[in-house]
Amino acid sequence: MPEIKITPLGAGQDVGRSCILLSMGGKNIMLDCGMHMGYNDERRFPDFSYIVPEGPITSQIDCVIISHFHLDHCGALPYMSEMVGYTGPIYMTHPTKAIAPILLEDMRKVAVERKGESNFFTSQMIKDCIKKVTAVTLHQSVMVDNELEIKAYYAGHVLGAAMFWIRVGSQSVVYTGDYNMTPDRHLGAAWIDKCRPDLLISESTYATTIRDSKRCRERDFLKKVHECVEKGGKVLIPVFALGRAQELCILLETYWERMNLKYPVYFALGLTEKANNYYKMFITWTNQKIRKTFVQRNMFDFKHIKPFDKSYIDNPGAMVVFATPGMLHAGLSLNIFKKWAPYEQNMLIMPGFCVQGTVGHKILNGAKKIEFENRQVVEVKMAVEYMSFSAHADAKGIMQLIQYCEPKNVLLVHGEAQKMEFLKDKIEKEFSINCYMPANGETAVINTPTKIPIDVSLRLLKAEAVRYNAQPPDPKRRRVVHGILCVKDNRLSFLDIDEVCEEIGINRHIIRFTSTVRFDDPGPAVKTAEKLKGLLTEKLQGWSITISDGNISVESVLIKVEGEDDSTKNIYVSWTNQDEDLGSYILGLLQSMVQ
Amino acid sequence: MKLYCLSSDAAKPCFVLSFKELLIMLDCGLSAHSVLNFLPLPPVPSTRLASLPTYTPPHINDPLLEGELKECCGRVFVDSVPEFCPPLDKVVDFSQLDVILISNYTCMMALPFITEETGFKGQVYATEPTLQIGRFYLEELSEWLSEGGATGEGGPGARRWKELVHLLPPPLAQAVRPRAWRRLFSAAALARSLARVRVVGYDERVDLYGALDATAVSSGFCLGSANWVLRSAHEKVAYVSGSSTLTTHPRPINQAALRGADLLVLAALTQTPAHNPDHMLGDLCVHAALTLRAGGSVLLPVYPSGVLYDLLECLSAHLEGAGLGGVPLYVISPVADASLAYSNILAEWVSGGKQARVALPEEPFPHAALARAGRLRHAKALHHLPDFRQPCVVFAGHPSLRFGAAVHLLELWASNPAHAVIFTEPDFPYVEALAPFQPLAMKAFHCPIDTSLNYSQANKLVRELRPRELALPEQYAAGGGAGRPHVGADVPTVVVKRGAAKAAAVRRRAARGTLCGALAARAVPREVAGGSGGLRAAPLAAELRVRDARVELVAPPAPARAAPLHWSSPDVEALVRALAREGVGSARVEAGAEGEGGSIVHLPRHDTLVHVEPHATHVFCEGRPDVRQALRRALAACLPHV
Repeated sequence: MPEIKITPLGAGQDVGRSCILLSMGGKNIMLDCGMHMGYNDERRFPDFSYIVPEGPITSQIDCVIISHFHLDHCGALPYMSEMVGYTGPIYMTHPTKAIAPILLEDMRKVAVERKGESNFFTSQMIKDCIKKVTAVTLHQSVMVDNELEIKAYYAGHVLGAAMFWIRVGSQSVVYTGDYNMTPDRHLGAAWIDKCRPDLLISESTYATTIRDSKRCRERDFLKKVHECVEKGGKVLIPVFALGRAQELCILLETYWERMNLKYPVYFALGLTEKANNYYKMFITWTNQKIRKTFVQRNMFDFKHIKPFDKSYIDNPGAMVVFATPGMLHAGLSLNIFKKWAPYEQNMLIMPGFCVQGTVGHKILNGAKKIEFENRQVVEVKMAVEYMSFSAHADAKGIMQLIQYCEPKNVLLVHGEAQKMEFLKDKIEKEFSINCYMPANGETAVINTPTKIPIDVSLRLLKAEAVRYNAQPPDPKRRRVVHGILCVKDNRLSFLDIDEVCEEIGINRHIIRFTSTVRFDDPGPAVKTAEKLKGLLTEKLQGWSITISDGNISVESVLIKVEGEDDSTKNIYVSWTNQDEDLGSYILGLLQSMVQ
Repeated sequence: MKLYCLSSDAAKPCFVLSFKELLIMLDCGLSAHSVLNFLPLPPVPSTRLASLPTYTPPHINDPLLEGELKECCGRVFVDSVPEFCPPLDKVVDFSQLDVILISNYTCMMALPFITEETGFKGQVYATEPTLQIGRFYLEELSEWLSEGGATGEGGPGARRWKELVHLLPPPLAQAVRPRAWRRLFSAAALARSLARVRVVGYDERVDLYGALDATAVSSGFCLGSANWVLRSAHEKVAYVSGSSTLTTHPRPINQAALRGADLLVLAALTQTPAHNPDHMLGDLCVHAALTLRAGGSVLLPVYPSGVLYDLLECLSAHLEGAGLGGVPLYVISPVADASLAYSNILAEWVSGGKQARVALPEEPFPHAALARAGRLRHAKALHHLPDFRQPCVVFAGHPSLRFGAAVHLLELWASNPAHAVIFTEPDFPYVEALAPFQPLAMKAFHCPIDTSLNYSQANKLVRELRPRELALPEQYAAGGGAGRPHVGADVPTVVVKRGAAKAAAVRRRAARGTLCGALAARAVPREVAGGSGGLRAAPLAAELRVRDARVELVAPPAPARAAPLHWSSPDVEALVRALAREGVGSARVEAGAEGEGGSIVHLPRHDTLVHVEPHATHVFCEGRPDVRQALRRALAACLPHV
């Protein structure tokens, strides 16, 4: 039986970084190539030595597919292509290709210039890496080579996020990346057709959560922000430059407008305008509403949200600041946090998931004191709110996707082990399909049914269709065809016997058997034939029995009655060699009738 | 496989392909040449047009014809709402169509005529830009014509002249089948029709009822323009319509996908083979600059998308270089704002160079920057531009000069020799377009820009694609006037003309299915000696599952015995020996019936006769199964079989 093998190098029972190896039909595909935000050493990159201990990696990997621009999905790509030396094809969507280099550069600056790390990729490497990327559009079938085909579907997680369908021969896999099944303020919901893959590799960040309705969460968020600024507090919202930030901006913008609020709202990054420009230009990737109205009013032209300047940190009075990065692990958001954390009237709203090892993760776990390098200690007195705005599918969404695409197996990644366990149970119970959840470095093996492509003769099919349609309709009736399986030059075909003879130039030899049964039945021969037909119809249910000119035929079996009116009849039963079973059965039937 | 041609205009094609029990319409172009026979429909009432003299054919006194025809400078026009020439509806029943595939927005204008009120139940496929820009074209047309109450069925139009066409002077006398001309559909029908279109991306495989895969591949002609490749496991048909090998703003043509087709259908080549688009663009810039410098304004009757983007880009740069950077550019169309905004969000559909700009991120087309700088203005209609400054460059429709803002501007500027009108769209002969505005003092230039394949490019493409068969509309075929350019290829060619059907040579023999592993393991293929080498065969009984026209062969639950295949004929001596080995002895061999060369093996002990003939063996035996099995084994032993 053919196999599909999956080995996560990251995202196996964790959320840190995604990097999954998929092998099927002799092809090896790398799904995402992310880096871990919680580490500062070599552990942040996937362990490429797992693929080949040494030597070139290109020959071992047929292609790399990046699902979206988040660094935990594409952060290690320049490392792999420029430092490890992978030169094969890399695929991602157009928006991902446009935005990923900016985030990579951003991260590189933080790592190298602020933290002074060495052995990191350079700006030039990012540029060179992106040059090697092939951009794909939604639903485009890309033939990576003669056998490997990939196709992107809308995932709705961030701008340009995609799920990928991957096929080699008759085996297929869907890899979801991160996805979101409920449309939000700027993106649509993930969508896939009923492609019935052998395996669905799904993220499971929110495997156990069924999130309350989006409206409630939004109202909650606005209420908390409003209350805080009313009391003169400062609200810090750590975000990534692209993605959730735009959704929350749209949300605050409309609220500020409706409530006629004057408190300043800042977006802290030179990237704001640029980021919003990407959204404007890739508006085809946003949701229906924004797409429909963009000619009149572009949703990404914000009136109330102004760019932030570092000097504003110490400004007195209320304000709302969106700052990067989203997990408070470095950069401006961390700086602002250090300044504002010790004051009770301030508030921190974490709108997304935080990876283990980041400051954000510690705070969300209730840490009241955070230690930094140089023995700097920050007391956290500000209110901390966690509101999940990350656009991941929740348990309901995951189940929905499974229902949409009807996979034969499911494999969970990008989630925490316990939560996965719970969801795994649920999936296995509800859909009665196997569900896997390999840990990092562990390999899951999935067997798939063998399906061999074959050319079926139209003559054979048409003859069968004529026979089948002649019978009363019965969807449960099995349709059996007889023919000859031919193998030539490794290609299979299924032909009618006469076609085979023509094809290879041989003369068919037909063998026919005829036996006679003597039957003492006075009356005309036609009557006897009618009687026999009655008997056969009773015994041979489901066969088509025809009678013409006193000859009964069933398949190739012919029954003929001869004899004068008032004498013993000769019943001839004749059949061809291939209908031996049927012929001898009928003969036996007639013989027992006679006795 | 059969190909029907429903359009008489090769540049606005409409074919129907019948294949694998599907009826597939390829494009549904609307021929708008007919509108040239009508008087213009000015957005503002024109006294000049209203006071044109009535025309009556000589020696005819028909009161019904009263007022239907008007004369302007020796040409006769119909004074009625303009009518279009939709695809022929008598050859194919539109309610039986399964699929409509649209190649680009210039070839879809007749869509509502096909899909609305015809009982059409099929699917329509087009790329996203094709749908959006096609919508702009159609809505623009619909808006102009509905302003004049000229869509739908409302109000009687001039009809009598159609009965008397043969008596009218040319060119009206040469009108092709004017009785089939129709008014434009209503806005509601248009909206319903466009709502049916399903959007596809380039290289997306669309499954057509399980029988075929249809794929739109880039054709390089305009934003979202596509050639369609129809593929089954064994057959491939390529439909090449509106393609360009030049480098302009859209994604370049994908030739690889078209290669090796069983049938290549070629349509919508250039309408102006004698004009090089690059030179025309250069000429245009020069004419425009000269006119502007002399204080005149320039009118360009254009469609609201397409070459317009290139014109804006080139002309603005040229004027800047000529020191005319302050001249305002106006785009006037009911859909101008949408068209200009939309073009800049189609990053995935533009050329590599323009795509690179998006990564910066900057708009792929410079007209967004021109608009921000105030050099480019757009408006729904002329009166929405309160500070209309002259001299200026105005891009306005419709290229036929029978309706739209261009009609009004031409009426205003016709008498001033300082102004100029420059024709760039190739769809209408410019002299005819201008006829109702004669006498004309303003300058008129003809710089048609048609980036579609010209004949030598088309010939080169066909040579490279190596189809097994080529299908062409009659306009492109050889013959009909020596020296006329034509497509000639050394492959079998099918020429189709309007209203006719031609059978193509593609014949199907097999369907692609799958064989399940368990069943495959059951079959033991054996070498077939005597036949052509390398073939192995095994008899097989399989359960057939057909779902969505996909064939699957699986193992039947109760293993049905497969029917063996015997061939050649047995050697009688060998048969007797084989029978003896099986314990059926004392056989007597007799000669068979005279003339047939067969023989009879008589087995008196078992009351059995075996007639051996070259192609058949007939066994007459009594009912004993053991004897029969022995006979079968013996026969099998001396006959080659699988």
